[in-house]
Amino acid sequence: MKNKRDLILSAILLIVLFCVSWFVNGELDSYVRRIVNLCLIYAIIGLSMNVTNGFTGQFSLGQAGFMAIGAYTVGIFTVPVELRANVFYAVPMNPLIAGIQMPVWLALIVGGLLAALVAFLIGTPVLRLRGDYLAIATLGFSEIIRICITNASSFTNGALGIKDIPPLNDVRYIFVVTAITFAFIAALINSSYGRAFKAIREDEIAAEAMGINLYKHKCLAFMISAFFAGIGGGLYGALLGTVDPKNFLFTLTYNFLLIIVLGGMGSITGSMLGAVIVTAGLEYLRIFDEPLEIFGTMIPLFRPGLRMVMFSALLMACVLFWRHGIMGTREITWSKLIAFCKNPLGFFKRKGASQ
Amino acid sequence: MEFFQGFLNMSGASFAQHMVNGISLGSLYALIAIGYTMVYGILLMINFAHGDIVMMACYFAYFGITIFHVPWYFTFIGVIVATALLGAVIERMAYRPLRDAPKNSVLISAIGASFLLENLANYLFSGRPMSFPDIPLLSQNIAVGSIKIQAISLVIPVITVISLLALLHIVNHTKTGMAMRAVSKDYEIARVMGINIDNIISMTFIIGSALAAIGAIMWGIRYPGITPYLGVMPGLKCFIAAVIGGIGNIKGAVLGGFILGLGEILIVAFFPELSGYRDAFAFIVLIIILFYRPTGILGERTTEKV
Amino acid sequence: MSSILKTNAVTMQFGGVTAVNNLELEINEHEIVALIGPNGAGKTTAFNMITGVYTPTKGTVVYTDNNGKECDITGMKLSEIAKIGIARTFQNIRLFKDLTVYENVIIAKHLHIKSDFMSAALHLPWYNEEQTKAEIEVEGLLRKVDLWDMREEKASSLPYGKQRRLEIVRALATEPRLLLLDEPAAGMNPKETEELTSFIKEIRDEYNLTIFMIEHHMGLVMEISDRIYVLDFGETIAKGIPSEIQNNQRVIEAYLGVDEDA
Repeated sequence: MKNKRDLILSAILLIVLFCVSWFVNGELDSYVRRIVNLCLIYAIIGLSMNVTNGFTGQFSLGQAGFMAIGAYTVGIFTVPVELRANVFYAVPMNPLIAGIQMPVWLALIVGGLLAALVAFLIGTPVLRLRGDYLAIATLGFSEIIRICITNASSFTNGALGIKDIPPLNDVRYIFVVTAITFAFIAALINSSYGRAFKAIREDEIAAEAMGINLYKHKCLAFMISAFFAGIGGGLYGALLGTVDPKNFLFTLTYNFLLIIVLGGMGSITGSMLGAVIVTAGLEYLRIFDEPLEIFGTMIPLFRPGLRMVMFSALLMACVLFWRHGIMGTREITWSKLIAFCKNPLGFFKRKGASQ
Repeated sequence: MEFFQGFLNMSGASFAQHMVNGISLGSLYALIAIGYTMVYGILLMINFAHGDIVMMACYFAYFGITIFHVPWYFTFIGVIVATALLGAVIERMAYRPLRDAPKNSVLISAIGASFLLENLANYLFSGRPMSFPDIPLLSQNIAVGSIKIQAISLVIPVITVISLLALLHIVNHTKTGMAMRAVSKDYEIARVMGINIDNIISMTFIIGSALAAIGAIMWGIRYPGITPYLGVMPGLKCFIAAVIGGIGNIKGAVLGGFILGLGEILIVAFFPELSGYRDAFAFIVLIIILFYRPTGILGERTTEKV
Repeated sequence: MSSILKTNAVTMQFGGVTAVNNLELEINEHEIVALIGPNGAGKTTAFNMITGVYTPTKGTVVYTDNNGKECDITGMKLSEIAKIGIARTFQNIRLFKDLTVYENVIIAKHLHIKSDFMSAALHLPWYNEEQTKAEIEVEGLLRKVDLWDMREEKASSLPYGKQRRLEIVRALATEPRLLLLDEPAAGMNPKETEELTSFIKEIRDEYNLTIFMIEHHMGLVMEISDRIYVLDFGETIAKGIPSEIQNNQRVIEAYLGVDEDA
């Protein structure tokens, strides 16, 4: 049966990748490890954004805000109690939470659930209305979450941020979380609910006529997206070791927008591909931010900010000329891989004929 | 009770001061909101880059006066022209090619354009906050009764009213204006009637951007700090203002601008403890409006044909 | 003959325009009822009011479920109406274009899935059971209309006639009692229309349906309708059995240039 074969193959792949992550964790230097971790985290968040934007067709720009909720949950609850007075030196930590300390995995889940709750509260008024407003509303709420974090000093230490978060940079740990995220979302998309999401994307009125409650399903997609963005944010905070409201400006969301546009809005494998390209790109394009000397002459173009200019230009180029990104709404499936391996050239010819 | 201290203890002079500030801010929001509402009315898209055009206008002014030492009256005219052109260029490059693409693509393009402008400004002008050129004539303080206000605060509403009257004249009494109204009512029919859609759309962006430039100049004089991200929050708020007033409706945008401007100033004036949350005010109003009157205060109710 | 749907003095006004005025429909179980009239008469508006796309300005729509209980469905949401057993197709064929033929139909089974999203995502046993049952039913439906072989094709790549059929089959998959067809024969040639005619009769018998349709094609209407209502400018100008309608002077006048069988 095709499904059993696919499951076994996927399980084998995950085990292999886990071993790779073990290797990366032990043998490669911390710079590479950091990039791999960041890439995995960005893949989680990119995929979470794809759940709403790509699969359900709801244009949400709130990922940075949901990330912040997850990151701050981890920040607030995992810093060891003894160190907290030192971190919260300007405004003492609120006594309600000062004594609560959680292990990272619990803080991640709590952060995700909190993000989902906030998504529910935001979604209730906004999801009932026209799609255009969702973008502005989610963008605005992302900023409001940040404003609230900056002002609620006794809970979040305000603009000072939280430091001394026990660092989490074990590639294997982050890989496992990423694998769980991808597996869950892939399973969801391949279920009846996932198809309902796609129906909403294709034609809302027809979907409604088929008995799909629009609000309920859009809210579900939104909450699931927020949950995983919260988890990604929590991992992000743990990876960095500190959280600061300025880390979570709405411009952060644009990175994920680029990931899903580049990878393909509506493709799970595309989210991973996009994350790899964007994360690696962000790192390795740093050279553009440094002054460049060729044969002793300074090239005037290269200075801080060029990297981001190139990135935004890339986003524009993508949407103007390459709207579907790398994968569009397609996936790399085992069936296709096997067909490719059996007959590499014929694979592409056959695709052309069926067009 | 302490929370309401500010509210109860305010003096008449203080209140008048806040009202002047509120009207000024409201005027600026109104000028910028018009750009959003006009573009949405015709193209049914949110021009995310509009707020960043305000930012670019401020930088243009900075370069004109502070760097190139052109007298301010010439520079300001140049700024308006340059900004209007910038708006038209953005439409041509980022929006026109996607006119037949699915709605989300144009939205992403708008976001991309906004992002690009912000990053370009950051790259070209560095992220260090710069100071909008000081125009002593306009920034000097004038005493009116027992309150002191900046001259610009009196100039802003006047310029705004003049601009609005000019705009309403164009929209209601010229051929171009009539064409614009036709396009916003029914795109396809207008095209069939021989209206050059491309030109009308360009004109819409030009007018909207010019008004935004006027707003930007006055904004810069009033709030002199310029950064690449200065347009973001005002941009969001001005779009919300347009929604509140009824998206697509110019008078609505003006109304929405004043509601938000006055509301923001007065809330912080009466409840100083909330000043950290001043930006949240606009979003709360947005939620309320979306709940109770989604088409906006002056908006029309439309039903979609199935 | 028990009533399945009734509209009581249902009126739709858009601003100053009255699209439909005082519509009194009565549809009985297992009937095929047609709604005809010149373009712009208000037929699709009537459909939209029954299915919850529009809320009538005046009047009520009453649906009788399979327990004989009467429910006021006026202004009920489209998705709720689908759940109680009323399905519809659209004048402009609203298929899920980028999805496959199979996906289009299986999505229509979603409203019968009782499992929550977690059970679905984790593919727990009770969800798998429901899903398998749905898959069997979908296969049956697709085989019946000869679309099973094309199930992996994108819906938009199908020829027009098959797209219409797919839309009807998709509506059938929701297991309705009352099926509303909005101009099912639009754009079809005589042969396709003939096939459609027998198809509609077949599904009415096989799936125990009641059918209410808007149609311009008089041949189709006269052949399979049990009763016909005629609208003109929002008013009901005639109702009755096909032979009565064919000879009704007002109806003939309203059409002026009645379309003959092609």
